Amino acid sequence: MYPSKFDYVAPTTLDEALEVLAEKGPEIKVLAGGQSLVPMMKLRFANPPALLDINRLPGLDGIDSSNGHLTLGALVRHNQVVKSDLVRESNHTVASAAPWVSDPIVRNLGTVCGSLAHHDPEGDWASVMLAVGADVVLKSTQGERVLPVTDFCVDMFQTLCRADELVTEVRVRKHSNRGGGNYQKLERKVGDYATVGVATSLELDEHGRIATAGIALTSVYAHNLKVTEAEILLKGKQPSAELFKEAAAIASAACDPASDNRGSAAYKRHIVGVFTERGLGRSLEIAQGGQS
Amino acid sequence: MNVKVNINGVDRSADVEPRLLLTDFIRVTLGLTGTHMGCDTTSCGVCTVLLDGVPVKSCTVFAVQVDGRRLTTVEGLKQNGQLSPIQQAFHQEHGLQCGFCTPAMMLVGTALLEENPSPTEDEIRWAISGNLCRCTGYMNIVKSIQAAAAMKSEEVPA
Repeated sequence: MYPSKFDYVAPTTLDEALEVLAEKGPEIKVLAGGQSLVPMMKLRFANPPALLDINRLPGLDGIDSSNGHLTLGALVRHNQVVKSDLVRESNHTVASAAPWVSDPIVRNLGTVCGSLAHHDPEGDWASVMLAVGADVVLKSTQGERVLPVTDFCVDMFQTLCRADELVTEVRVRKHSNRGGGNYQKLERKVGDYATVGVATSLELDEHGRIATAGIALTSVYAHNLKVTEAEILLKGKQPSAELFKEAAAIASAACDPASDNRGSAAYKRHIVGVFTERGLGRSLEIAQGGQS
Repeated sequence: MNVKVNINGVDRSADVEPRLLLTDFIRVTLGLTGTHMGCDTTSCGVCTVLLDGVPVKSCTVFAVQVDGRRLTTVEGLKQNGQLSPIQQAFHQEHGLQCGFCTPAMMLVGTALLEENPSPTEDEIRWAISGNLCRCTGYMNIVKSIQAAAAMKSEEVPA
Protein backbone atom coordinates (compact mmCIF):
# COMPACT_ATOMS: atom_id res chain seq x y z
CA MET A 1 0.00 0.00 0.00
CA TYR A 2 1.31 3.40 -0.89
CA PRO A 3 0.45 6.88 0.33
CA SER A 4 -0.29 9.73 -2.07
CA LYS A 5 2.75 11.66 -3.23
CA PHE A 6 4.13 14.13 -0.75
CA ASP A 7 7.05 16.51 -0.33
CA TYR A 8 9.53 15.74 2.40
CA VAL A 9 11.67 18.05 4.49
CA ALA A 10 13.98 17.06 7.33
CA PRO A 11 15.43 20.20 8.87
CA THR A 12 18.28 20.02 11.35
CA THR A 13 17.40 22.98 13.57
CA LEU A 14 14.24 23.78 15.51
CA ASP A 15 14.10 27.32 14.11
CA GLU A 16 14.15 25.96 10.58
CA ALA A 17 11.38 23.48 11.43
CA LEU A 18 9.20 26.20 12.97
CA GLU A 19 9.73 28.38 9.87
CA VAL A 20 8.50 25.53 7.69
CA LEU A 21 5.44 25.08 9.90
CA ALA A 22 4.73 28.82 9.86
CA GLU A 23 4.92 28.86 6.09
CA LYS A 24 3.09 25.62 5.25
CA GLY A 25 0.75 25.28 8.25
CA PRO A 26 -2.12 22.92 7.44
CA GLU A 27 -0.37 21.72 4.25
CA ILE A 28 2.27 19.85 6.23
CA LYS A 29 2.18 17.09 8.81
CA VAL A 30 4.83 16.48 11.47
CA LEU A 31 6.51 13.08 11.27
CA ALA A 32 8.02 11.91 14.57
CA GLY A 33 7.89 8.13 15.14
CA GLY A 34 5.39 7.74 12.31
CA GLN A 35 3.87 4.60 13.82
CA SER A 36 0.34 5.98 13.49
CA LEU A 37 0.85 8.55 10.73
CA VAL A 38 2.56 6.26 8.21
CA PRO A 39 -0.11 3.52 8.44
CA MET A 40 -2.82 6.19 8.10
CA MET A 41 -1.09 7.58 5.02
CA LYS A 42 -0.74 4.11 3.53
CA LEU A 43 -4.46 3.52 4.05
CA ARG A 44 -5.02 7.04 2.67
CA PHE A 45 -6.95 8.12 5.72
CA ALA A 46 -4.36 10.91 5.82
CA ASN A 47 -3.05 12.55 2.64
CA PRO A 48 -0.74 15.34 3.74
CA PRO A 49 0.84 17.19 0.79
CA ALA A 50 4.10 17.39 2.75
CA LEU A 51 5.87 15.84 5.73
CA LEU A 52 8.12 17.63 8.19
CA ASP A 53 10.44 14.98 9.60
CA ILE A 54 11.57 16.20 13.04
CA ASN A 55 13.85 13.21 13.69
CA ARG A 56 16.96 15.18 12.81
CA LEU A 57 16.25 18.01 15.27
CA PRO A 58 18.72 18.02 18.13
CA GLY A 59 17.80 18.06 21.82
CA LEU A 60 14.29 16.63 21.61
CA ASP A 61 15.07 13.06 22.67
CA GLY A 62 15.76 13.67 26.35
CA ILE A 63 14.07 12.50 29.52
CA ASP A 64 14.70 14.95 32.34
CA SER A 65 13.42 15.58 35.83
CA SER A 66 15.58 18.48 36.93
CA ASN A 67 12.98 21.24 36.69
CA GLY A 68 10.47 19.69 39.07
CA HIS A 69 8.63 17.82 36.34
CA LEU A 70 9.27 14.63 34.45
CA THR A 71 9.95 16.10 31.02
CA LEU A 72 9.69 13.94 27.91
CA GLY A 73 10.98 15.53 24.69
CA ALA A 74 9.17 15.24 21.37
CA LEU A 75 11.46 12.44 20.18
CA VAL A 76 11.37 10.28 23.30
CA ARG A 77 10.37 6.81 22.10
CA HIS A 78 8.06 4.57 24.11
CA ASN A 79 10.91 2.12 24.69
CA GLN A 80 13.10 4.86 26.16
CA VAL A 81 10.34 5.38 28.72
CA VAL A 82 10.14 1.63 29.38
CA LYS A 83 13.86 1.49 30.16
CA SER A 84 14.23 4.77 32.05
CA ASP A 85 15.14 4.66 35.76
CA LEU A 86 14.28 8.35 35.93
CA VAL A 87 10.72 7.58 34.80
CA ARG A 88 10.40 4.78 37.38
CA GLU A 89 11.53 7.17 40.13
CA SER A 90 9.35 10.04 38.96
CA ASN A 91 5.93 8.79 37.94
CA HIS A 92 4.44 5.38 38.63
CA THR A 93 1.55 5.70 36.17
CA VAL A 94 3.86 6.58 33.27
CA ALA A 95 6.26 3.77 34.19
CA SER A 96 3.43 1.26 34.43
CA ALA A 97 1.81 2.25 31.11
CA ALA A 98 4.92 2.33 28.90
CA PRO A 99 5.40 -1.45 28.45
CA TRP A 100 1.75 -1.74 27.38
CA VAL A 101 1.96 0.68 24.46
CA SER A 102 1.68 -1.22 21.18
CA ASP A 103 4.39 -3.87 20.62
CA PRO A 104 8.15 -3.89 21.32
CA ILE A 105 9.16 -3.00 17.74
CA VAL A 106 6.66 -0.16 17.35
CA ARG A 107 7.85 1.12 20.75
CA ASN A 108 11.33 1.57 19.27
CA LEU A 109 10.07 4.33 16.97
CA GLY A 110 6.75 5.63 18.31
CA THR A 111 6.92 8.69 20.56
CA VAL A 112 4.95 9.79 23.62
CA CYS A 113 4.47 13.35 22.34
CA GLY A 114 3.49 12.08 18.89
CA SER A 115 0.83 9.90 20.47
CA LEU A 116 -0.50 12.89 22.43
CA ALA A 117 -0.51 15.14 19.35
CA HIS A 118 -2.20 12.45 17.24
CA HIS A 119 -4.75 11.97 20.03
CA ASP A 120 -6.30 8.73 18.90
CA PRO A 121 -9.15 8.11 21.38
CA GLU A 122 -7.72 4.63 21.89
CA GLY A 123 -4.20 5.85 22.64
CA ASP A 124 -2.85 5.06 26.09
CA TRP A 125 -0.76 8.14 26.81
CA ALA A 126 -3.53 10.74 26.89
CA SER A 127 -5.28 8.78 29.66
CA VAL A 128 -2.03 8.57 31.60
CA MET A 129 -1.45 12.32 31.30
CA LEU A 130 -5.07 13.18 32.13
CA ALA A 131 -4.84 11.06 35.29
CA VAL A 132 -1.47 12.30 36.58
CA GLY A 133 -1.57 15.89 35.32
CA ALA A 134 0.78 17.20 32.65
CA ASP A 135 1.50 20.27 30.56
CA VAL A 136 2.14 20.18 26.83
CA VAL A 137 4.74 22.61 25.47
CA LEU A 138 4.03 24.00 21.99
CA LYS A 139 6.47 26.07 19.98
CA SER A 140 6.03 28.20 16.90
CA THR A 141 7.69 31.24 15.35
CA GLN A 142 5.20 33.22 17.50
CA GLY A 143 6.72 31.85 20.69
CA GLU A 144 5.88 29.20 23.24
CA ARG A 145 2.61 28.08 24.79
CA VAL A 146 2.31 25.74 27.76
CA LEU A 147 -1.11 24.11 27.95
CA PRO A 148 -2.51 21.79 30.61
CA VAL A 149 -3.22 18.45 29.01
CA THR A 150 -6.86 18.82 30.10
CA ASP A 151 -7.12 21.79 27.72
CA PHE A 152 -4.80 20.37 25.06
CA CYS A 153 -6.90 17.23 24.53
CA VAL A 154 -10.09 18.51 22.91
CA ASP A 155 -11.78 15.52 21.29
CA MET A 156 -10.88 12.47 19.20
CA PHE A 157 -7.97 13.38 16.91
CA GLN A 158 -8.38 16.99 18.01
CA THR A 159 -6.00 18.99 20.16
CA LEU A 160 -5.28 22.67 20.70
CA CYS A 161 -2.02 22.34 18.73
CA ARG A 162 -2.23 24.89 15.91
CA ALA A 163 -1.04 24.02 12.41
CA ASP A 164 2.02 26.27 12.86
CA GLU A 165 2.96 24.72 16.20
CA LEU A 166 5.18 21.81 17.18
CA VAL A 167 4.75 19.84 20.40
CA THR A 168 8.29 19.99 21.76
CA GLU A 169 7.81 18.29 25.12
CA VAL A 170 5.36 17.13 27.74
CA ARG A 171 5.96 18.01 31.39
CA VAL A 172 4.47 15.37 33.64
CA ARG A 173 3.70 15.90 37.31
CA LYS A 174 5.98 13.77 39.46
CA HIS A 175 4.76 11.47 42.19
CA SER A 176 6.07 12.32 45.66
CA ASN A 177 7.14 9.56 48.05
CA ARG A 178 3.50 9.55 49.20
CA GLY A 179 2.28 9.12 45.63
CA GLY A 180 1.42 6.10 43.55
CA GLY A 181 -0.03 5.29 40.18
CA ASN A 182 -0.86 2.51 37.81
CA TYR A 183 -2.11 1.66 34.32
CA GLN A 184 -4.36 -1.33 33.80
CA LYS A 185 -4.87 -2.47 30.24
CA LEU A 186 -6.82 -5.29 28.69
CA GLU A 187 -5.83 -6.10 25.12
CA ARG A 188 -6.76 -9.01 22.88
CA LYS A 189 -3.18 -9.43 21.80
CA VAL A 190 0.10 -7.55 21.90
CA GLY A 191 -0.03 -4.45 19.72
CA ASP A 192 -3.80 -4.20 19.64
CA TYR A 193 -5.65 -1.17 20.90
CA ALA A 194 -6.89 -1.40 24.46
CA THR A 195 -10.19 -3.17 24.93
CA VAL A 196 -10.23 -1.16 28.16
CA GLY A 197 -7.48 0.93 29.72
CA VAL A 198 -7.59 2.67 33.10
CA ALA A 199 -4.95 5.09 34.39
CA THR A 200 -4.94 5.91 38.09
CA SER A 201 -2.87 8.18 40.30
CA LEU A 202 -2.99 9.04 44.01
CA GLU A 203 -1.14 11.48 46.24
CA LEU A 204 -1.59 11.12 49.99
CA ASP A 205 -1.21 13.91 52.57
CA GLU A 206 0.80 13.60 55.79
CA HIS A 207 -2.22 12.01 57.52
CA GLY A 208 -2.61 9.34 54.87
CA ARG A 209 -5.69 10.95 53.36
CA ILE A 210 -6.03 11.36 49.60
CA ALA A 211 -4.67 14.78 48.63
CA THR A 212 -5.28 14.37 44.91
CA ALA A 213 -6.61 11.54 42.78
CA GLY A 214 -6.54 11.00 39.03
CA ILE A 215 -8.55 8.53 36.96
CA ALA A 216 -8.78 8.41 33.16
CA LEU A 217 -10.12 5.79 30.78
CA THR A 218 -8.99 4.53 27.36
CA SER A 219 -11.10 3.04 24.54
CA VAL A 220 -14.44 3.29 26.32
CA TYR A 221 -15.62 6.73 25.21
CA ALA A 222 -15.36 8.93 22.12
CA HIS A 223 -12.10 10.28 23.59
CA ASN A 224 -9.83 9.55 26.54
CA LEU A 225 -12.09 10.26 29.49
CA LYS A 226 -11.01 11.91 32.71
CA VAL A 227 -13.43 10.83 35.45
CA THR A 228 -13.55 14.11 37.36
CA GLU A 229 -16.53 13.14 39.49
CA ALA A 230 -14.68 10.14 40.92
CA GLU A 231 -11.54 12.23 41.46
CA ILE A 232 -13.58 14.75 43.49
CA LEU A 233 -15.17 11.96 45.51
CA LEU A 234 -11.73 10.63 46.51
CA LYS A 235 -10.13 13.96 47.36
CA GLY A 236 -9.67 14.59 51.09
CA LYS A 237 -10.95 11.14 52.11
CA GLN A 238 -9.28 8.37 54.03
CA PRO A 239 -8.63 5.64 51.43
CA SER A 240 -10.63 2.45 51.86
CA ALA A 241 -11.85 -0.48 49.82
CA GLU A 242 -15.42 0.84 50.02
CA LEU A 243 -14.36 4.27 48.80
CA PHE A 244 -12.50 2.75 45.83
CA LYS A 245 -15.58 0.66 44.99
CA GLU A 246 -17.64 3.83 44.95
CA ALA A 247 -15.14 5.57 42.66
CA ALA A 248 -15.11 2.51 40.42
CA ALA A 249 -18.90 2.61 40.14
CA ILE A 250 -18.71 6.26 39.06
CA ALA A 251 -16.08 5.44 36.39
CA SER A 252 -18.16 2.53 35.20
CA ALA A 253 -21.22 4.76 34.86
CA ALA A 254 -19.27 7.59 33.20
CA CYS A 255 -17.90 5.56 30.30
CA ASP A 256 -19.84 4.87 27.13
CA PRO A 257 -18.17 1.92 25.39
CA ALA A 258 -19.21 0.49 22.05
CA SER A 259 -19.95 -3.20 21.53
CA ASP A 260 -17.48 -4.59 18.99
CA ASN A 261 -15.34 -7.64 18.36
CA ARG A 262 -13.26 -6.74 21.44
CA GLY A 263 -16.28 -7.19 23.72
CA SER A 264 -19.79 -6.05 24.49
CA ALA A 265 -20.48 -2.64 25.98
CA ALA A 266 -21.67 -4.28 29.20
CA TYR A 267 -18.46 -6.31 29.48
CA LYS A 268 -16.24 -3.29 28.91
CA ARG A 269 -18.21 -1.25 31.42
CA HIS A 270 -17.74 -4.01 33.96
CA ILE A 271 -13.99 -4.12 33.30
CA VAL A 272 -13.76 -0.34 33.77
CA GLY A 273 -15.11 -0.85 37.28
CA VAL A 274 -12.78 -3.77 38.02
CA PHE A 275 -9.71 -1.94 36.68
CA THR A 276 -10.52 1.33 38.46
CA GLU A 277 -10.83 -0.43 41.79
CA ARG A 278 -7.73 -2.54 41.17
CA GLY A 279 -5.71 0.42 39.87
CA LEU A 280 -6.59 2.58 42.86
CA GLY A 281 -5.68 -0.29 45.19
CA ARG A 282 -2.31 -0.72 43.51
CA SER A 283 -1.72 3.05 43.50
CA LEU A 284 -2.43 3.14 47.23
CA GLU A 285 -0.02 0.27 47.93
CA ILE A 286 2.70 2.19 46.14
CA ALA A 287 1.82 5.47 47.85
CA GLN A 288 1.90 3.83 51.30
CA GLY A 289 4.89 1.61 50.70
CA GLY A 290 6.98 3.78 48.43
CA GLN A 291 7.29 0.77 46.13
CA SER A 292 6.70 0.71 42.39
CA MET B 1 15.74 12.46 -3.22
CA ASN B 2 19.08 10.80 -2.72
CA VAL B 3 19.31 8.30 0.11
CA LYS B 4 22.62 6.93 1.32
CA VAL B 5 22.73 4.03 3.73
CA ASN B 6 25.22 1.60 5.09
CA ILE B 7 23.51 -1.74 4.75
CA ASN B 8 25.18 -4.86 6.11
CA GLY B 9 28.47 -2.98 6.10
CA VAL B 10 28.19 -1.81 2.48
CA ASP B 11 27.54 1.81 1.46
CA ARG B 12 24.67 2.08 -1.01
CA SER B 13 22.77 5.04 -2.39
CA ALA B 14 19.84 5.63 -4.70
CA ASP B 15 17.46 8.34 -5.84
CA VAL B 16 13.99 7.66 -4.50
CA GLU B 17 10.56 9.21 -4.17
CA PRO B 18 9.80 10.34 -0.59
CA ARG B 19 6.93 7.86 -0.42
CA LEU B 20 9.08 4.81 -1.12
CA LEU B 21 8.78 2.46 1.85
CA LEU B 22 11.95 1.17 3.43
CA THR B 23 10.86 -2.42 2.74
CA ASP B 24 10.71 -1.75 -1.00
CA PHE B 25 13.91 0.29 -0.91
CA ILE B 26 15.67 -2.76 0.54
CA ARG B 27 13.92 -5.40 -1.56
CA VAL B 28 13.46 -3.68 -4.92
CA THR B 29 15.94 -0.80 -5.09
CA LEU B 30 18.81 -2.61 -3.37
CA GLY B 31 17.79 -6.14 -4.38
CA LEU B 32 18.04 -7.66 -0.90
CA THR B 33 14.98 -9.89 -0.82
CA GLY B 34 15.65 -11.55 2.54
CA THR B 35 13.51 -8.85 4.16
CA HIS B 36 9.88 -9.84 3.67
CA MET B 37 6.67 -7.85 3.33
CA GLY B 38 3.82 -9.38 5.28
CA CYS B 39 0.73 -7.56 6.49
CA ASP B 40 1.84 -4.11 5.28
CA THR B 41 -0.05 -2.62 8.26
CA THR B 42 2.54 -2.53 11.09
CA SER B 43 1.11 -5.64 12.72
CA CYS B 44 3.07 -8.74 11.78
CA GLY B 45 6.69 -7.62 12.12
CA VAL B 46 7.86 -9.77 9.19
CA CYS B 47 9.50 -6.71 7.57
CA THR B 48 11.64 -5.98 10.63
CA VAL B 49 15.18 -4.75 10.01
CA LEU B 50 17.75 -3.28 12.39
CA LEU B 51 18.15 0.49 12.16
CA ASP B 52 21.39 1.39 13.93
CA GLY B 53 20.99 -1.95 15.72
CA VAL B 54 17.38 -1.34 16.79
CA PRO B 55 14.49 -3.40 15.34
CA VAL B 56 11.98 -1.35 13.32
CA LYS B 57 9.15 -2.36 11.00
CA SER B 58 10.42 -1.33 7.59
CA CYS B 59 6.88 -1.14 6.14
CA THR B 60 6.25 1.80 8.47
CA VAL B 61 9.35 3.84 7.68
CA PHE B 62 10.04 5.81 4.50
CA ALA B 63 13.41 5.21 2.87
CA VAL B 64 14.19 8.96 3.03
CA GLN B 65 14.03 8.77 6.82
CA VAL B 66 17.05 6.47 7.04
CA ASP B 67 19.43 8.61 4.99
CA GLY B 68 22.88 8.36 6.57
CA ARG B 69 21.90 5.51 8.89
CA ARG B 70 23.11 1.95 9.35
CA LEU B 71 20.84 -0.95 8.41
CA THR B 72 21.16 -4.65 9.09
CA THR B 73 19.03 -7.21 7.28
CA VAL B 74 19.11 -11.00 7.45
CA GLU B 75 21.76 -10.97 4.70
CA GLY B 76 24.06 -9.16 7.14
CA LEU B 77 23.85 -11.65 9.98
CA LYS B 78 26.60 -13.99 8.84
CA GLN B 79 29.98 -13.35 10.39
CA ASN B 80 33.16 -13.98 8.34
CA GLY B 81 31.20 -16.15 5.95
CA GLN B 82 29.91 -18.32 8.80
CA LEU B 83 26.40 -18.50 10.17
CA SER B 84 26.01 -16.30 13.25
CA PRO B 85 25.05 -17.97 16.56
CA ILE B 86 21.39 -17.03 16.05
CA GLN B 87 21.40 -18.53 12.54
CA GLN B 88 23.12 -21.70 13.75
CA ALA B 89 20.60 -21.94 16.59
CA PHE B 90 17.58 -21.57 14.30
CA HIS B 91 19.08 -24.33 12.15
CA GLN B 92 19.88 -26.61 15.06
CA GLU B 93 16.57 -26.13 16.94
CA HIS B 94 14.48 -26.06 13.78
CA GLY B 95 13.22 -22.58 14.64
CA LEU B 96 11.19 -22.27 11.47
CA GLN B 97 8.46 -23.99 9.55
CA CYS B 98 7.59 -22.05 6.40
CA GLY B 99 10.43 -19.61 7.03
CA PHE B 100 8.56 -16.43 6.19
CA CYS B 101 8.88 -14.79 9.62
CA THR B 102 12.39 -16.20 10.18
CA PRO B 103 14.55 -13.27 8.99
CA ALA B 104 12.68 -10.91 11.33
CA MET B 105 12.74 -13.37 14.22
CA MET B 106 16.50 -13.79 13.86
CA LEU B 107 17.05 -10.02 13.72
CA VAL B 108 14.90 -9.43 16.79
CA GLY B 109 16.72 -12.29 18.55
CA THR B 110 20.07 -10.75 17.61
CA ALA B 111 19.07 -7.33 18.96
CA LEU B 112 17.71 -8.91 22.16
CA LEU B 113 20.93 -10.84 22.84
CA GLU B 114 23.02 -7.72 22.24
CA GLU B 115 21.11 -5.98 24.99
CA ASN B 116 20.41 -8.92 27.25
CA PRO B 117 22.85 -11.82 26.68
CA SER B 118 20.97 -14.26 28.93
CA PRO B 119 17.25 -13.55 28.65
CA THR B 120 14.63 -15.61 30.47
CA GLU B 121 11.98 -17.40 28.44
CA ASP B 122 9.51 -14.66 29.40
CA GLU B 123 11.89 -11.97 28.20
CA ILE B 124 12.32 -13.78 24.88
CA ARG B 125 8.57 -14.13 24.43
CA TRP B 126 8.13 -10.46 25.32
CA ALA B 127 10.82 -9.44 22.81
CA ILE B 128 9.24 -11.36 19.92
CA SER B 129 5.69 -10.32 20.81
CA GLY B 130 5.67 -7.82 17.93
CA ASN B 131 6.39 -10.62 15.42
CA LEU B 132 3.83 -13.07 14.16
CA CYS B 133 4.60 -16.63 13.09
CA ARG B 134 1.62 -17.83 11.07
CA CYS B 135 2.78 -21.41 11.44
CA THR B 136 2.56 -20.69 15.20
CA GLY B 137 5.92 -22.33 15.68
CA TYR B 138 6.82 -20.16 18.64
CA MET B 139 8.12 -23.00 20.83
CA ASN B 140 11.08 -23.68 18.58
CA ILE B 141 11.70 -19.98 17.93
CA VAL B 142 12.02 -19.42 21.67
CA LYS B 143 14.25 -22.50 21.99
CA SER B 144 16.41 -21.21 19.14
CA ILE B 145 16.99 -17.86 20.83
CA GLN B 146 17.78 -19.66 24.09
CA ALA B 147 20.26 -21.89 22.23
CA ALA B 148 21.87 -18.85 20.59
CA ALA B 149 22.26 -17.22 24.00
CA ALA B 150 23.99 -20.38 25.27
CA MET B 151 26.28 -20.49 22.19
CA LYS B 152 27.22 -16.85 22.58
CA SER B 153 28.00 -17.24 26.28
CA GLU B 154 30.38 -20.12 25.44
CA GLU B 155 32.07 -17.97 22.81
CA VAL B 156 32.96 -15.24 25.27
CA PRO B 157 36.22 -15.98 27.11
CA ALA B 158 35.74 -16.04 30.89
